[in-house]
Amino acid sequence: MTATLQSPPASGLGRHLLGIDGMSRSDLEEILDLTDTFAEIGRRPIPKVPALRGRTVATAFFENSTRTRMSFETAARRLSADTVAFSAGSSSLSKGESLRDTVEVVASYGADLLVVRHAMAGTAHRVADWTDLSVVNAGDGCHEHPTQALLDCYTLREQRGSLDGMRIAIVGDVRHSRVARSNILAFTALGAEVVLVAPATLLPPAIDGWPVTVFHELDPLLTDLDAVYLLRMQQERITEGLIPSLREYANDFGLSADRVARMRSDALVLHPGPTNRGVEISAEAAADPRSVILDQVVNGVSVRMAVLFRLLGSGQQLVAADIEPVGDDARPEGADR
Amino acid sequence: MSHARIMTADDMGRAIRRMAHEVIERNHGLSELVVIGLQTGGVPVAERLVETLEEIDGIRPPLGTLDVALHRDDIGIRPVVPEAATELPTDLDSRIVVLVDDVLFTGRTIRAALDAICDFGRPRSIQLAVMVDRGHRELPIRPDFVGKNLPTRRDEVVDVHITGVDLGVMEK
Repeated sequence: MTATLQSPPASGLGRHLLGIDGMSRSDLEEILDLTDTFAEIGRRPIPKVPALRGRTVATAFFENSTRTRMSFETAARRLSADTVAFSAGSSSLSKGESLRDTVEVVASYGADLLVVRHAMAGTAHRVADWTDLSVVNAGDGCHEHPTQALLDCYTLREQRGSLDGMRIAIVGDVRHSRVARSNILAFTALGAEVVLVAPATLLPPAIDGWPVTVFHELDPLLTDLDAVYLLRMQQERITEGLIPSLREYANDFGLSADRVARMRSDALVLHPGPTNRGVEISAEAAADPRSVILDQVVNGVSVRMAVLFRLLGSGQQLVAADIEPVGDDARPEGADR
Repeated sequence: MSHARIMTADDMGRAIRRMAHEVIERNHGLSELVVIGLQTGGVPVAERLVETLEEIDGIRPPLGTLDVALHRDDIGIRPVVPEAATELPTDLDSRIVVLVDDVLFTGRTIRAALDAICDFGRPRSIQLAVMVDRGHRELPIRPDFVGKNLPTRRDEVVDVHITGVDLGVMEK
């Protein structure tokens, strides 16, 4: 892989979740397995457990987002954690406060974990260096969005049992997409083959060495895919001169009713949301039974519960201290199995 | 670690049969009963209790499983890893719930289970059946149906298997 995919440094499964980069297959599977437990809680009449009672999850979104933030806050509340929200628009950031000061202020409210989104790549890593809190990256520029990748993997696994051997096309603006980066790493780590489909202008400049194959046409691939992952096309890409018009983009790369009809009967359609109907995806394709876009939203909460619990509640730091995991009441504290 | 066999498989079978009769007698039949096994040790005991209840009374009460890991009060003090499924078979409102575990010790698992069950509905009553009550309660919790009362030291280990119940002593 190239330097663009590898820097900043590897994160793995420690105190933070900063990126998929550096996570092994077993790290990913540990979180996906844990997610099953939290998905079940979401189906209960009262979808809430006291696991993180007394803990505080702060969200600091320096970039607009409704769904990711709502998803994290819902996840925190279902674990009985308190939430503190900071949003750039209504904060002292507009009065010139630095990122570091803002983070310190948020931390001083007694937060245990900080969920950060920022337009600049590497922000979450920097914040993790500055504070003692656990940090979860909720999107840093064009770099990574690890919880999105985890929820996408969970959704695929829920539908298919495993990603092994799946052929997944990621279609659209790969160049500006942190979702694409995190997903390429996660899908391939879990054994899937990833195909990028985009006009040359929407591919990153240094793609050599990525574990992907690249196509500039969607139609010849359609019948050969297990899943199509559509990326959101942003209006400003026209003004940047990267695509001639949204209409032409939709014509060449959009998942139209006609294209979705040609896909395999067991293929899946995914989109990170919010969708631009009529651009990257048609209303028909979004409503197709093979579309799992709403499952992605539901699974997002479960995956984020798993991540919050894994970082704050599971006591993994205690494992290092050789303390016996809790099983049943039969055993005295600290006893060997 | 040295082991002493406290109950054989036959002893356990007889204890389960007696507990099943007690459950039926106490509740005047099985019509409103739901049996819930606590993950993981209580589940095989709950399965045997349900089978025995069916043999005796001809009605097979619904069987559920409950993992209480996320309701425990020692999260953050000890590593807690939820790993087993919670599957409750029916709406619990107005039902009689019989919670089943293999060993009753401090009572903290049962406290967590009572909390968890209240999130699924409002049972008419909740009763507790355990294969072994080893004492050392830290909360005001008592069992309704007991396979065997087994006085223990805190540092001993009680193991309930299909083949029998063992009492082990930790070697320092």
